[in-house]
Amino acid sequence: MITFMNNSDSEEEPCNERTSLMSAESPPVPSYQDGLQASEAGEAQAHRKRRTGSSRGPNNIADGDMSDSGVPVRERALENEEEELTLKYGAKHVIMLFVPVTLCMIVVVATIKSVRFYTEKNGQLIYTPFSEDTPSVGQRLLNSVLNTIIMISVIVVMTVFLVLLYKYRCYKFIHGWLILSSLMLLFLFTYIYLGEVLKTYNVAMDYPTLFLVIWNFGAVGMICIHWKGPLQLQQAYLIMISALMALVFIKYLPEWSAWVILGAISIYDLMAVLCPKGPLRMLVETAQERNEPIFPALIYSSAMMWTVGMAKPDTAARRSSQQMWDAAEDGREDHRSPSHADSQMSERRSPVSTRPITSFEELEEEERGVKLGLGDFIFYSVLVGKAAATASGDWNTTLACFVAILIGLCLTLLLLAVFKKALPALPISITFGLVFYFSTDNLVRPFMDTLASHQLYI
Amino acid sequence: AFFWLVSLLLSSLIWFIAVKASDPRDESLQKGLLIFGVMFSVLLQEAFRFLYYKLLRKAIEGLVALSEDGCSPISIQQMAYVAGVGFGLMSGAFSMINLLADALGPGTVGIHGDSQLYFLTSAFMTMVLIFLHTFWGILFFHGCEHRRWWEITAVVVMHLAVSGSTFFNPLYVGSLVPSYLLMAIAAAWAYVLSGGSAQNLRRFLLCK
Repeated sequence: MITFMNNSDSEEEPCNERTSLMSAESPPVPSYQDGLQASEAGEAQAHRKRRTGSSRGPNNIADGDMSDSGVPVRERALENEEEELTLKYGAKHVIMLFVPVTLCMIVVVATIKSVRFYTEKNGQLIYTPFSEDTPSVGQRLLNSVLNTIIMISVIVVMTVFLVLLYKYRCYKFIHGWLILSSLMLLFLFTYIYLGEVLKTYNVAMDYPTLFLVIWNFGAVGMICIHWKGPLQLQQAYLIMISALMALVFIKYLPEWSAWVILGAISIYDLMAVLCPKGPLRMLVETAQERNEPIFPALIYSSAMMWTVGMAKPDTAARRSSQQMWDAAEDGREDHRSPSHADSQMSERRSPVSTRPITSFEELEEEERGVKLGLGDFIFYSVLVGKAAATASGDWNTTLACFVAILIGLCLTLLLLAVFKKALPALPISITFGLVFYFSTDNLVRPFMDTLASHQLYI
Repeated sequence: AFFWLVSLLLSSLIWFIAVKASDPRDESLQKGLLIFGVMFSVLLQEAFRFLYYKLLRKAIEGLVALSEDGCSPISIQQMAYVAGVGFGLMSGAFSMINLLADALGPGTVGIHGDSQLYFLTSAFMTMVLIFLHTFWGILFFHGCEHRRWWEITAVVVMHLAVSGSTFFNPLYVGSLVPSYLLMAIAAAWAYVLSGGSAQNLRRFLLCK
């Protein structure tokens, strides 16, 4: 989900992006399924939390924590200016999202190409019980469809469960769940990953060093993600976690099931975010009613927000003007207290609300950042990684899928700027990616191979 | 880059259908189909460049309408350059990247009697194509802007000529030399169109 929170400062505050300590958002790595299947070792956690938003909003520093919820405020009179600023900063946001998505994909592709472990088939997840080693094509197709149905229903159940938990304010449960999942991801999967990489390059490492390295990595990761930490470190951790998750998916999902799951997930994403009764939409609306940020955990935020100056009067002024806001906005409180776990899906966009001009005297540095849910990262990387792993055209296919996904992301961000609502980030990108994967693999590859063998250039 | 990719997709679709529909054992027919595929792909690339120009034109109009002082933050020349670079990079990447991946692995070049300079010439050819795409982007957009159809046809003809010259491979003289000549011409032309002149060049080189 991409949440776009566009705040237009009526008084043209320069929006500088500076990194500052922010309350880290917990990574959405563990999926809700994980919560139920915590006993299953090595299960992939599909945590799809996608929320991209450009958060512009002053940070409430009353409690010293920076929340990066953006409160979009837009004055009617300044709507044009808003539009222009939107577009101008929209381009910057696109770049701000390109870099982490690209990095995540690079990590995944590099690992897939070099470490054999992730392309060997060593069993399947519990979520995809049907095997694909069947003799007939029809049977295989049927099995993959059944696998997809099971996986999607697990995801739906988890999402609904999470939404219910959030509705009934069981914050502690959600928080604990997230901490457990990120613990497992940071320690166990990193250990496996490191072990495989060391095996591939035939590097020896003794256990005390290993313990030290993994302990430090995991502990700093937990702190960065769930508490405070430098922005870039937190972003790096989120990227690494998404990559690890994507690698697990690539390894454990059988061939055809993976593609069908990707397709089905983007359809589900579309429905969950846009339909009035969709779980994610309900989540967004509930969060907006309570003026809480929508699950700051499990999202990747590219910028920080902070408030300079009067915190309390700020809040007061803002509260009073809230009635004037037509759209829900994300609360500016410390978004860690309601740790929403965004369920794997869809991005939500908080509608942009405008801030009235009454707050002239507020010196707020509003950061316009964009938020993208980690689930989006994961599924993009799964697509590109699968393309790298299984395509016989090798790099051409991978490159084509990569470009297709980025263009899809661009388009989605454009739509975000136009609609100013929470939007699902998956459908467009995954559709492009799938189309390009299959067409490049089957159509372009023979063409390019023939051209290359004759050394012809087009 | 995306537009180039789409054009590649469509052209390979056409070629693929043609190949499947024809007899795979007839060598000359296959070669003929290949030539047809290449030419068709070139035409399709230029068509997509035109489509991209249209899209960017609309985008510029939108940006101008929204901007405060009536001019867009990015000019059409910059867009032309970027479009050219995007096309070039994509075509270069697709031409070279499998080669590079194979070059990492074990093997001997030309062991079956093919040219030993395969990698080298491929690298040079790719480089010249990338440059050419960039210059063609500038020329093409300039031609579209000022409605000079002869510029556009010149770009298309040049592209066809360069692709056609690669049919001379492995006689590399026949393909590399003309391509570099054409690149020099296109470079000078694009430079002049972008507002450069001999004076600018001299000043730049003498660091005034």
